[in-house]
Order: sequence, then structure tokens, then C-alpha cells
Amino acid sequence: MTDYLLYPGCSMEASARAYYYSLKAIAAPIGLHLTEIEDWNCCGATEYFGISTTPAYALIARNLALAAQAAHGTRRLLAPCSACYLNLSKADHNMKEDAGLEKRVNLALAAGQLAYQPGSLEIDHLLNAIVHDIGLAKVEKCVVQPLTGLRVAPYLGCMVPRPDHENRCSDHEFPVELDILLRSLGAEVIDYPLRTECCGGHMPQIGPDMGFELLRRLIATASDMEADVMVTICPMCQLNLDGYQGEMNQHFKTSYHMPVLFFTQLMGLAFGVDPKELGFGLELVSARNVLEAVGVKPPAETPPAPPRRPRKPEGLPMPKPLPRGPKVESLNEEVVR
Amino acid sequence: MADVELAASPRVSSPAPAEDLNLLHEVASRTPGISRLEMCIQCGTCGGSCPSAAAMDHTPRLLFAMLRAGMREDVLKSNTYWVCVSCYHCVVRCPQSIHIADVMYTLKSMAIEAKLFQDSTAADFSHTFIGMVEEFGRSFELGLATQHYLKHFPLRLPGMAPMGMGMLSRKRMALAPTRIKNMRQLKSILKRAKELEAGQ
Repeated sequence: MTDYLLYPGCSMEASARAYYYSLKAIAAPIGLHLTEIEDWNCCGATEYFGISTTPAYALIARNLALAAQAAHGTRRLLAPCSACYLNLSKADHNMKEDAGLEKRVNLALAAGQLAYQPGSLEIDHLLNAIVHDIGLAKVEKCVVQPLTGLRVAPYLGCMVPRPDHENRCSDHEFPVELDILLRSLGAEVIDYPLRTECCGGHMPQIGPDMGFELLRRLIATASDMEADVMVTICPMCQLNLDGYQGEMNQHFKTSYHMPVLFFTQLMGLAFGVDPKELGFGLELVSARNVLEAVGVKPPAETPPAPPRRPRKPEGLPMPKPLPRGPKVESLNEEVVR
Repeated sequence: MADVELAASPRVSSPAPAEDLNLLHEVASRTPGISRLEMCIQCGTCGGSCPSAAAMDHTPRLLFAMLRAGMREDVLKSNTYWVCVSCYHCVVRCPQSIHIADVMYTLKSMAIEAKLFQDSTAADFSHTFIGMVEEFGRSFELGLATQHYLKHFPLRLPGMAPMGMGMLSRKRMALAPTRIKNMRQLKSILKRAKELEAGQ
């Protein structure tokens, strides 16, 4: 059993419930033992740094202090959300680097009878922990239903590979962690060039023109490369790509239908866990095709995926795909995958 | 409020009446760690890597040139850091290892203090988000979305109905905020932190 303290982050309770459920489902089988920190608070995402520095770091440091004093005999702190992970890691790092900041933050924590010594915790993101600490051998052992033939686009987003002060990820631009994890589940991993391009974070809510363009290029590329599903490691990325996909389509008058799932959901699927326990059906862009590709019955409430509208022929013609599985034909429309 | 417009070319207004050569030092000292801002060689890698560059008044490179030239007002009026998505591409590619993203955060807080930002959308969003956190200890998306969209994008609200309904029907958005138990502790910590920041 590998012991970790868990900092869930705000989205686990609502917008990323699928991540939370699937994480719970796969933890025990691979030997990941998690203990949630008591009474953790929001990390502030990217919003507090731009208002005021010391309070931003103090907000994060309260969680570090609570984790450090947790009586569980482990120094390892895990965050499943990329932004939470970056904030926890960055606060620890900058407190180490900047004595003035460390002093102010600890004075602030003292007002709440807390303290944090930078360097007391090993902070990591869930993906890195599974790939590097637990190891893929343990993951492979649990696979009973390989995701053969499922074309997945690995999408890590920006905050786990960068800035990565503690060098936990293999590369800043083209990390391999998600690729090899998905491959160990038997999936066909496409060489997605935009693995670590930003989803825009809060941009869809702040500057929609730009925000939607960042989403469009990610989804369009995955779609052009004939991916069946995009796989994410961050609730914000998933919410943007999945939740805002409809609005993005409205904005550009496109009709993409690209399901976006958390990597833990695919792990659970490969482990033979019931899709309902993995949060399937919570996504706004139906992932029914993923379940059908693997041969699993979708949960009852999943609405049927809408028929794919024909794409306007523009730009260079894409090479014809090799035949994969039964072709879907309808009477009136030519359905283009 | 208008959406962020794509900038046609870098715009720099006429030279400021009095250069503020302390600006560089001020920004560097307010940024955690050693920012290395003075080491910039104007190579343009940051601007070339930036996914938001097309929407910026000034690319990061140009902004740093203005900053080092002491053009305080132009810098604090720029939309550059408000459109920054914190993707850290610039940070890992900068040949001089400048803490660009952290400098952007510093500039945001300085622009708020000086009340010089031109478009309040991003600043308001931050304040609303943090308002929720300071009240409940957790973020509260429904409260944030309603307040933010009513103020800045009321006309988008009808178009967002499908997404809103989708999120609510799947219980992916809480109707009421969650409150942490020891809110008093968090409030004391933040209060003290603000005093310490003001004393900086």
C-alpha cells in the first residue's frame, strides 16, 4: 500500500465528480492508499496571485500546514487537479526560494495557529504518482478488459509539465506519462501534437473569443486525427473541453462531437469496473461511443450520441481511415467519422 | 463588455512625461523569488510561444522592454497580463530563465492598485472568485458564474442555458456553497496576510 495525503480540490465535489468516483474505484486495485486532509480550503486557482501575493500564498499554505501536521506518517501529498497541484507545489517552492515570502506567510499562518516549513512535503500530481511511484506493472496487472482499438488523444494540459520545479514529469512540452499509461490499458494512443497546449483556464468566461479558439484548436486537431476520445488529467481542462464544447460549436458554427474523459475513468473501464461507478454519463458530450468501442453497455441514462453531421469539405483532404468495426449508415445523411 | 479584440500591431502611446526607472525594481521586488527580469535579451521567444499573444496589446517581450524603459502608465494600462493564461510556455523556454508568469501576476496586482486597467472583466472575475473563497473557504461556481455573467456578458446567458442545464441536471454544479469548518481560522490567516502585504 502506498500512502498519500490527498488534497481533492473544489471541483471534485461537483464539476469533476467523475474524476472523484473513478479515482476511488481504481485506487485500491493498484495499491494507492489515500487519506484526505481535514478541512482543506480552496487553493485559489490562478485568481488570487493577480490580486495580492502574500494572501494568495497564505491561502495555499494553510493546506500545506494542515497536510504537514496530519498524523499519518507520510510526507507525500497528492493533488488530482493540475491547478491545485501547481499551486501547492509553487507555494512550497517559492517559500523555499524567497525568505521574505516564507516569513510573511508563516506570520500569517501563525494568526491561525499554524505553521509550514517549506520542503516538508513531497507534492505531486496523481498522474505522476501512478506512473512513477506505483508503476505501470501494477496497472497492467489490473487490466481485464483492454481498450483495444480505442483511439485516444492524450491531453495533459499545461500545469503538470510546466513549470515542474521538482522535475516530476518527463518533459515540459512532450511528456510521455499519459501516453504510456493509456498504452498499458491497451488503447491505441495517437501522437497528439497539442498534448500540453493550454485549454485557456478561465478564458472562456473572461474572453470568450480567445477562450473558444484555444478549445477549438484542441478539439479540431483531435477530431482531424480521428481520435475517439480525448483523455485529460485536470478538472478545468475537462470542464472547458467537455462543458464548453457546445458553446464553442455555436461560436464557430462547427459540429464537433469529441468526448473528453478523465484518465482514471479509462483505467476503471479497463479494470472492468461498472461504468456507472466511474462517472460515465456525467459528461456533457456523450462518451457512449467509448463504451460501445470497448463492448460495454452504457449506463441507462446516457442519452444516445447525436448523429455526426457531415463536415464541410475544406482544406486538404484527410487520408481515408482504414475500416474499423461496423460502419454506421443512416438513410438520409452520410455520416462521416 | 467587449470581448478581447485581436491586436493588429503593437501599440505604444507617446513617451510618458517622466520615466519611472524604479518600475523595474518595484516589479522585481514584488515578485516572489528572483525574477531575473533585468536579464531579458529581447529575443521574443516568450511572445512567440504565447497562445494569447494575438489578443495582447503588447507581447510579453514588448511589455518587458516598456517596463525596463520605465513606462509605468503604458505598462499598467496594457491588457497583456490580463489575457495571460498562465501556461508557463514562456517560462520554460526563456533562455534567461525569467519568471515571466509570476511577473504577470505582479503586474495584475499593480494595475489593480493603480486602478489603471482598461477592461475590468478579468479583474472583476478574480475578485468575484476570491470573494467566494474568502466567504466560504471553497469556490462556488454557480455564484461566480451568475455574478460574473450578469455584469459582463448578460447577452450570453441565454446561449449558456444548454450548458447550465446540462451541468445542473448532472449535479456537476452545486446549488449552494460548501463552507469549510474552520472559516474563522482561514479569515484570521488572510486578514494577517493582507496586513503583511500592505506593509511590503
